Amino acid sequence: MVPPQARDDADSAGSLVYRQSIWTRLTHWIWVIALFFLLLSGFQIFNAHSTLYLGQQSGFAFDNDVLRMSAVRTPDDLVGRTAIMGHEFNTTGVLGVSGPMDDRQIRGFPSALTIPSYRDLATGRVVHFFFGWVFVVTLFAWFLASALNGHLRRDLVPTGRDLADLPKDVADHARFRFHHTGRYNVLQKLSYCIVFFLLFPTIILTGLTMSPGMDAAWPWLLDLFGGRQTARTIHFLVMALLVLFFLVHIFMVVAAGPINELRSMITGWYRTDPKNGADAAP
Amino acid sequence: MSKLVATRRQILKFGAVGGSALVLGGCDAFNFLADRNGSVRGVLEKANDLTYRVQRLLIGDALAPEYAESEIRQGQKPNGSTDPQSNEYLALKVDNFADYRLSVTGLVETPKTYSLQELRNMPSRTQITRHDCVEGWSCIAKWTGTPLSVVLNEVKLKSEARFIVFHCYDTMGSGRPPRANYYESCDLMDATHPQTILAYGLNDQTLPVANGAPLRVRIERQLGYKQPKYVHTIEAVHSFAGIGRGKGGYWEDRGYEWYAGI
Repeated sequence: MVPPQARDDADSAGSLVYRQSIWTRLTHWIWVIALFFLLLSGFQIFNAHSTLYLGQQSGFAFDNDVLRMSAVRTPDDLVGRTAIMGHEFNTTGVLGVSGPMDDRQIRGFPSALTIPSYRDLATGRVVHFFFGWVFVVTLFAWFLASALNGHLRRDLVPTGRDLADLPKDVADHARFRFHHTGRYNVLQKLSYCIVFFLLFPTIILTGLTMSPGMDAAWPWLLDLFGGRQTARTIHFLVMALLVLFFLVHIFMVVAAGPINELRSMITGWYRTDPKNGADAAP
Repeated sequence: MSKLVATRRQILKFGAVGGSALVLGGCDAFNFLADRNGSVRGVLEKANDLTYRVQRLLIGDALAPEYAESEIRQGQKPNGSTDPQSNEYLALKVDNFADYRLSVTGLVETPKTYSLQELRNMPSRTQITRHDCVEGWSCIAKWTGTPLSVVLNEVKLKSEARFIVFHCYDTMGSGRPPRANYYESCDLMDATHPQTILAYGLNDQTLPVANGAPLRVRIERQLGYKQPKYVHTIEAVHSFAGIGRGKGGYWEDRGYEWYAGI
């Protein structure tokens, strides 16, 4: 329950505000580690069967796949193919077929993106489930702490005024004009809300839907997502959205001032813009 | 007021550092986690114990989802062993398994053997369920067989029995290490679950060789590798010591988790 405090610094630099609580910072960095391992062990697991389907089951005698990474042997080459909703792309070297020219391997994602680097589903699963627990427990801790310390209400849920500012905020972002006020802007709030309230819960629940034990315990999971194989596809899709979020997130940190942003996520203190600082401090 | 703080060069540099860390990470840096006896792996595997405990708490006697006839849209995809070549098995196959006997032994009051006909004459259960392979695919099929609980009630488990082990005719692997017999196991909660059956029928036909003839176990709330095929002996045990490499199953001995409800 630490309210934002302002600390006066040199006038020219704007003031430092205490922006991130220990809970926010700690969970943030645990997620960095957990999601890194979840992603790369997830690619290992995906590679064991590099096709995604819609429905309860996988069509071997019928066609219900929406994404397929495969390899085709031509007279003088091994070609990697990725088919998305029936549209085929040559992805040799990255998806389907990868590795050095003299040692081509047939695998969905390349060895640089999997843990371990070689095919080992058992290890991929051990790593994935360990960090899955870390991720879920940390998320619960974050929700609880953020509800209690006001982070959710104060910083994350957009207010009516935020939404009214949306067009202006979009225009500012498009022009790379960033305001450092100690508060999240509405685009930040919306993207964090999407991650916390939609993407994180969905990737956890679709993961659970793939568990035959959980399907017995909570059969509604299958109804919610339209079958185990659809859940596997959504799990993959949400992964892709989280990777997209990560790329934009990193880009914004760098563009908005990596030292200041990193400091606030490590120490909690954030330097506001010189003139806006007074407005932002409560 | 507002300014573009980072230069393009800074962005590129940051991206390059981040990107190479990712590639480095995936490459070989974490291959040590594959060492089955590594201490870090031992810690990571503790998560599987937690999964087992939590799922056991949530799951109770709940049934695995069952499906409608209309959802059987293809044959059951055969996987793993599909045509065992041991002399013992081939001799039985020639006679259409007329001489096959299932042995039920170990920590039981009255060890017994059953012919296929005897098993077929016992109470049966038919269920249309989804087979989930550890690789990620699923296949819906109709299984018919004798509930394992009926057999266990006949032989009566001794009080010290904690697990049921299924020994199979098929061998897996090649070259080095030498081929090993497939085997699997489950706890008593799954062994006595109503959907746990000794299946002799698949999609209204006699169970084919590719799918485990003459007898395969269905443990519906776990993954495909927990559904052993070509079963010849059911053994009640107190621990897995002395069986295979002691982890409770062929794949478990090779690094997969024993509880495969996930």
